[in-house]
Amino acid sequence: MVTKGKLEMEKMVVVEGSYAVAHAVKVCRPNVISAYPITPQTHIVEGLSQFIADGEIQNCEYINVESEFSALSALVGSSAVGARCYSATTSQGLELMHEVLFNVSGMRMPIVMTVVNRAVSAPINIWNDHQDAISQRDTGWIQLYAEDLQEAADMTAQAFKIAEDEEVLMPVMVCMDGFILSHVYEPVVLLEQELTDEYLPTYKPLNILDPKKPMSFGTLADPNYYTEFRYLQQKAMENALKKIEDAANEFYDMFGRYYGGLTDKYQTGDADIILVAMGSIVGTIKDTIDKLRQKGVKVGLLKVRSFRPFPAEAIKEAIKDAKVVAVLDKNISLGLNEGALFTEIKSCLYNTENRVPVVGYMIGHGGRDIRMSTIENIISEAQEVMESGIRKESQFTDVREEIL
Amino acid sequence: MKEIRIHGRGGQGSVTAAELLAVAAFADGKFSQAFPAFGVERRGAPVQAFTRMDDAPIRLRSQIYEPDYVIVQDPTLIEVVDVASGLKEDGMIIINSEFDPSAFKLNTKAKVVTVNATKIALEIIGRPIVNTVLLGAFAGATGNIEPESIKEAVKKRFPGKVGERNAEAIQQAYDMMKEAKV
Repeated sequence: MVTKGKLEMEKMVVVEGSYAVAHAVKVCRPNVISAYPITPQTHIVEGLSQFIADGEIQNCEYINVESEFSALSALVGSSAVGARCYSATTSQGLELMHEVLFNVSGMRMPIVMTVVNRAVSAPINIWNDHQDAISQRDTGWIQLYAEDLQEAADMTAQAFKIAEDEEVLMPVMVCMDGFILSHVYEPVVLLEQELTDEYLPTYKPLNILDPKKPMSFGTLADPNYYTEFRYLQQKAMENALKKIEDAANEFYDMFGRYYGGLTDKYQTGDADIILVAMGSIVGTIKDTIDKLRQKGVKVGLLKVRSFRPFPAEAIKEAIKDAKVVAVLDKNISLGLNEGALFTEIKSCLYNTENRVPVVGYMIGHGGRDIRMSTIENIISEAQEVMESGIRKESQFTDVREEIL
Repeated sequence: MKEIRIHGRGGQGSVTAAELLAVAAFADGKFSQAFPAFGVERRGAPVQAFTRMDDAPIRLRSQIYEPDYVIVQDPTLIEVVDVASGLKEDGMIIINSEFDPSAFKLNTKAKVVTVNATKIALEIIGRPIVNTVLLGAFAGATGNIEPESIKEAVKKRFPGKVGERNAEAIQQAYDMMKEAKV
């Protein structure tokens, strides 16, 4: 995190990650919240229901539902009449929303949803990885990944700003690692109401359902029209590339905190080895880099904040001088043996002059703890790739061979 | 950076203790982080919680494998969990027990300290909940945290009489450790 001047400790309080996010949602003044509780998202929606019960969020309706499918469907109706809408979910809950996710983005509804990333069943696992959100990659939702509590909170306000921009009008998932971030206590600055009001003005929808001015949402688009809807969604995603950067810069100007726009770089300037990753693993990687830098290893990190839209140009620029790139993914495309970020980074380099070797590591599945020593091993293997080329292009990390 | 691992059983408030420690460390002007070893929590099952404190913001997110300090809320855990695992040689393990440290065969070169937290808790709080008492002992034995900060954090979390009694118990455990010159 870059701050204007010193970190303002006097403004910070030690709170749980879920509280920091619930509080951020509160000061964004949503009109409708609908969510179904599911571990490890539960504390966020508990916090929000408490705020509403205590009258701390004015002009806001909390709709109780019987499933995640209904939660997001309720928001479709609410967003159509011009409400600022919020939900939160994870894992199986997000997968149950799958069909509605396409409807939200297709109808260009700027709904913001926190995805508290968790592995998917079966086998049942409540712990963290990114398979849930990555599996919703092509639903037309912007996906942003947070590194720590402060970023998860700040990103929530940025998400509404990006989503509601008239040149975007696309829904946003704010992804934060389940338990690792949702249940950790650490010092954060809770977003100030006044500043947030200034940063995020009242939502003024372009089109709403209004009997006085009849209009349809999500109607039939036959083969004469459907292509253009998809084309315009893609254009909106492309517009979002700049708006994500703008939202981060404007946030820095007003709040004095910056975590990168589409991406962020750490010690990449002279780095031979560049690791690429998303989410809370970034903190552990930074500490590992500091440790290895003391031993003279030229290693750096490219943190990807925006997975969708995919920041191909920013990534290409950031890794242009690297001698090897190692991508860490908390997900797998079964049958391809690759994580999504790895596949896409390789893909965006293919038609370029840059022939840097790229290797992939699938890591932290179902909450497998990620230790600094594991990151050190990856960096040491990357050094071998630099010297003698790729032996294994993509692989699982920390597999317990003895129990297979 | 100082890393603390708390061993307890589900229902003993290990996670709460880790959080209170983080709040107190921050009040002392340090950056802090607290989190549980996330499990499917069950009453009575062995649980772990972690706290880190440092002068700089904390970025590391792994569990704690080489703690500077270990707190054990229930000595019967020692038979089932390797509580001293990875404990630094110059570190310390604080066990809630009526017995002398020599009663415990632990695989560590670190200092072993016992405090009869259950007795203090029963006498002052009226319930055998030892998490806050052990934080008082931690403050007294390690000097890594101000007792006032722990007491304030506890009183804020448990307002009224409960908080007051806990604060009293914290002070007693702190004084005992100071007097014993641990």
